[in-house]
Amino acid sequence: MPTVSFTPALQRFLRVPELRVEGATVGAALAAAFAERPELRGYILDDQGGLRRHVNVYIGSEPVRDRAGLSDALHPDDALYVFQALTGG
Amino acid sequence: MVERLYVGTRKGLFELAPRSGAAGGGWDIAAAHFLGEPVSAVLADGDRLYAALDLGHFGAKLWRRDGISGEWRELPAPVFPARPADAGDDPHPWSLGKIWVIEKGGVEGRLWAGTMPGGLFRTDDGGQSWSFNDALWRMPERRRWGGVAGGEQPGIDSVLVDPRDPADIRLGVSTGGVWASQDSGGSWAVINRGMYAEYMPPELAGEPIAQDVHRLARCAADPDIVWCQHHNGVFRSQDGGSAWHELTAIRPSKFGFAVAAHPHDPLRAWFVPAVKDERRIPVDAKLVVARTSDGGQSFDVLTRGLPQRHAYDIVWRHALAVDASGERLAFGSTTGGVWTSPDGGESWHALDARLPPIAVVRFADE
Repeated sequence: MPTVSFTPALQRFLRVPELRVEGATVGAALAAAFAERPELRGYILDDQGGLRRHVNVYIGSEPVRDRAGLSDALHPDDALYVFQALTGG
Repeated sequence: MVERLYVGTRKGLFELAPRSGAAGGGWDIAAAHFLGEPVSAVLADGDRLYAALDLGHFGAKLWRRDGISGEWRELPAPVFPARPADAGDDPHPWSLGKIWVIEKGGVEGRLWAGTMPGGLFRTDDGGQSWSFNDALWRMPERRRWGGVAGGEQPGIDSVLVDPRDPADIRLGVSTGGVWASQDSGGSWAVINRGMYAEYMPPELAGEPIAQDVHRLARCAADPDIVWCQHHNGVFRSQDGGSAWHELTAIRPSKFGFAVAAHPHDPLRAWFVPAVKDERRIPVDAKLVVARTSDGGQSFDVLTRGLPQRHAYDIVWRHALAVDASGERLAFGSTTGGVWTSPDGGESWHALDARLPPIAVVRFADE
C-alpha cells in the first residue's frame, strides 16, 4: 500500500500522521486519505479538485505531472509526499 | 458584550481591549491569534467571532470562536461548484481565492461572504455550511468584472444588508459596480448610475460595471444613504445605491480605499484620502482623516494625533471602522499603524505597537 505523508507546514492546522492508503493513482490515494480526514481536502486541492497552485506532490523523488487530473500511476511501494511550494510563501 | 477591537493583519489577528483607567480611549493588545497567518476578514456577531485566513499555500480558511474565552475551531470554507462544460471562456477561476468580507445577514445564523474571484456565499447556520450564490455568478456581466489592483481577480468588497429587510442586499464590487438583490440573492441587477471611471476610454467611463467601487458604507439608521469610496472619487447615494452624486469637496484628495458611515447621522462619514494610484502614499506624507458632517458638501481634515510628516501609511478598504455609537473610530495601515479616536475623529491615539500590514479593523460593537 502506498504511503502519503504531509509537510510539517500543514501540521499547525491539521495534525496528520503518515497514512497508508489504497490507490492506483495519486487521485485515488489522496481520496483515500481525505476519506480518513475530510478536512484535509481543502488544504491540498482547489475547488475544482486539482492540486492547489502552491502545493507540490512528489511520488518518491518525482513531482506529479498531472496536477489537475491527478492521474499519475502509483505502485504499492510508492511514497507520496505533499509539500508546500516555495512560491506560495 | 465585551468591548473589543479586532485588527486582522498579514501575520495574525490582534484582539485589542480598552486600556483600563486610560483617559481618552486608548487600547492595548489583549491577545494575538493565528500568529504568522494572513487574516483577510473578521466579523464579530455577538460574542461569536469569525476570522478568515488567506493561507499562501493551503487556500482560504474560516475559523470561529464562541465567546471571548472560547477555543477557535475551523469551519468548512465556502467552495465553488464544479466548473460546468458551458463555462466556456469564463475569465475567472471557479475556485475560492480569498474571503474578502463577512457580514451579518439580519437573520439568526445567517452570514454573507464576499470573495475573490467574485463569488458570493451565504450560510444560515453560523458558518457550518455555505451555499454558493449561483444567480450572481451566472449574470453575463460578471464575466466582464475587472481585476483588483495587485491581483487579477475581481472581488466583492462590500455586502450591505438592509436593516429593515434582510432580503434586500447591496454589493460593492471591485471592479464591477454596485449590485442589488431584493429577494435574498435569488436575482441580481447592477444598479449604479452617476459614477465615472477615469481609467476607461471616454465612451466607457460611465459604464456601471466599469466602476471600481473600493468600498460602500451605509447609514444603519437611514439605510437609503450609502457612501462610496471609488477609485477616482467619493460618491453618495440617497436611494440605496442606484443614483450617485460625486462629493467634489473631499480633501486633500479624492483617492482612497476606506469609508465609514455614521450609524445614526446620515450626513456624517469618514474617509482616509491618499495620493492616487500612481503613488499610493498620503498627500504630502501627512496621514489625515476627512470627515463630512453635512452630507458631503464640506469636509474637515482631521489631524490631531496623526503623524504629519514622513507618514507613508495607506488604509485598505476594510481597515477603517466606527462603532455602534458613532463616536469611536479606528483604522489600521499598510505599515502596521493603528489609530483610535474616542470623539468622532477629533483626536486620535496611536496604538503602542508596530503590527504587520493591516487588512481589516472592526469593533465588536458595530
